Amino acid sequence: MPLSPVELEALLLSLRISGVAVLFSLPPALLCAFVLARTAFPGKVLVDGLVHLPLVLPPVVMGYLLLITLGTRAPIGGWLLDTFGIRLVFSWTGAAVAAGIVTFPFQVRAMRLSLEAVDPGLEAAARSLGATRADVFASVTLPLMSPGIVAGVITAFAASLGEFGAIITFVSNVPGETQTLPLAIYSAIQTPGNEAAAARLAALSIGLALAGLLSAEVAGRQARRLIGR
Amino acid sequence: MLDVALRTRRGAFVLDVSFTGPSAGLTALFGPSGCGKSSIVEAIAGLLPPDEGHIRLGAATLFDSARGIDLPLHRRGIGYVFQDARLFPHMSVRANLLYGFRRAGGERRIGFDHVVELLGVGALLQRRPANLSGGERQRVALGRALLAQPRLLLMDEPLAALDAGRKAEIMPYIELLRDDAGIPIVYVSHALDEVVRLADTVVVLAEGRVAAAGDITAVLARLDLFPPDSAYEAGALVAARVAGHEAFALTRLAFDGGELLVPRLDRPIGAGLRLRIRARDVMLALAPHSDISALNVLPAVVEDVRIAGDGCHADVRIAVGRARLVSRITQRSVERLGLVGGAQVFAVIKSVAIDGRSAGPPPHAGETLTD
Repeated sequence: MPLSPVELEALLLSLRISGVAVLFSLPPALLCAFVLARTAFPGKVLVDGLVHLPLVLPPVVMGYLLLITLGTRAPIGGWLLDTFGIRLVFSWTGAAVAAGIVTFPFQVRAMRLSLEAVDPGLEAAARSLGATRADVFASVTLPLMSPGIVAGVITAFAASLGEFGAIITFVSNVPGETQTLPLAIYSAIQTPGNEAAAARLAALSIGLALAGLLSAEVAGRQARRLIGR
Repeated sequence: MLDVALRTRRGAFVLDVSFTGPSAGLTALFGPSGCGKSSIVEAIAGLLPPDEGHIRLGAATLFDSARGIDLPLHRRGIGYVFQDARLFPHMSVRANLLYGFRRAGGERRIGFDHVVELLGVGALLQRRPANLSGGERQRVALGRALLAQPRLLLMDEPLAALDAGRKAEIMPYIELLRDDAGIPIVYVSHALDEVVRLADTVVVLAEGRVAAAGDITAVLARLDLFPPDSAYEAGALVAARVAGHEAFALTRLAFDGGELLVPRLDRPIGAGLRLRIRARDVMLALAPHSDISALNVLPAVVEDVRIAGDGCHADVRIAVGRARLVSRITQRSVERLGLVGGAQVFAVIKSVAIDGRSAGPPPHAGETLTD
């Protein structure tokens, strides 16, 4: 199934956008998971809801919200443009921001579940053996929650590849810049006589999604074996 | 010396204790569940600070509410051995053992190879905790705590999760640590047999208070602590020495009050040991009968008679030479034999009633680990 240069470009762009999106949302997701799993504070329910909002919000609404906050004439977007010359609208970095935010809950959920499964008794044992809190986190907590981190990252990556509504709303459909696989499929369907391209890209999407899910399963199992569970 | 004084309130439960422990040897915190043992352990370890009080270890102050000192957990230098071992599942046995060792600052007095040999875990080093038996896990946990170079070992019911066989497997290792490590041990337990075998000092806790504290032999001879209605059996601890092995697979033991014949003990002649003799296994007679099956008949003097509230039982403390035994008999027998303080009697002890498994070597027998 040979891909045309345009289709190949869409594939590579999708992979790049998803990669950057997951990479940059991983540290804040970890922090969120930690706060939600290990702390208690008034308004925690609200934070929990906010983190999970992208799961239930229509993606187009997400895109709209991004547009009115990060658009060039919006408060944050304007400041980014004036201060750093960063323009998110119509650029692949904007697509990565949209994908990162929409798939954020996937990462937080998986990490939080795995963190809640870590026995605090093991952390107390590590502390009694002379490890500082940061040391305990790095040497005990993080390795023990690694199956959750791996699963969260892969699921978020696979979901990023399929993100459509938020991306097209926020950064539009620019071939070579913001036209990811789903957007390319959409364009192909809209263009008469391009049914074959649409079918190829759709098959590619299905393959990628399946590979993502499978590798999440395999990697999770591998990580669990590594930590002796 | 360990010096602990704590006061803390958790809901309706008030813990108010103070005790000291020697700078070497094993101090047992003993009492039923809910007596406050765990709160004391958590306070010493630094997991849960008490409301007020102090915890001092030699010259070091770990906690002092008056002076605002609360040393964080990781800087207390306390080797904590948990009931559930708590080995890191993602690390090999070797990495577990080295976890605290690598993080210990300063001079490392306790060496890796020595501990591995002492606890017999050499063959397990490459294994994961998931592939260890309960006893092996607890041995590795002991080694891990020891290798962190602690100034105190805190053992929180380390045998409670093990069956009798595994318990018997671990007990000698704890004795080794007690005698060789040169580190004071605080051992928490609700099992009297463990305390009797391992401790030289005991702190008996009841309802958040110290009911008795001091040398284990003296504490066990107190009649008020183990009344007939308590969950624990009254009895006495006797320090003895193997005097010889005899026909019919018997071992002759010499102690402060004379000699005892007991079922064969696999110890060399001259070996010291401690024996627990349960109060219900000691009969009292007014004459030295030789026409009975019991092999041990020892002259004794009644010191104290304690009548139980149930109208039936009585505990009689007797002096056999310099040793103290406790005899549990009926109040009817007390009256019939006219037992009062100063009465001359004979203690009759069946050989088969003495359980060799309760015998442990006396504390401080070996050389030290740090040599």
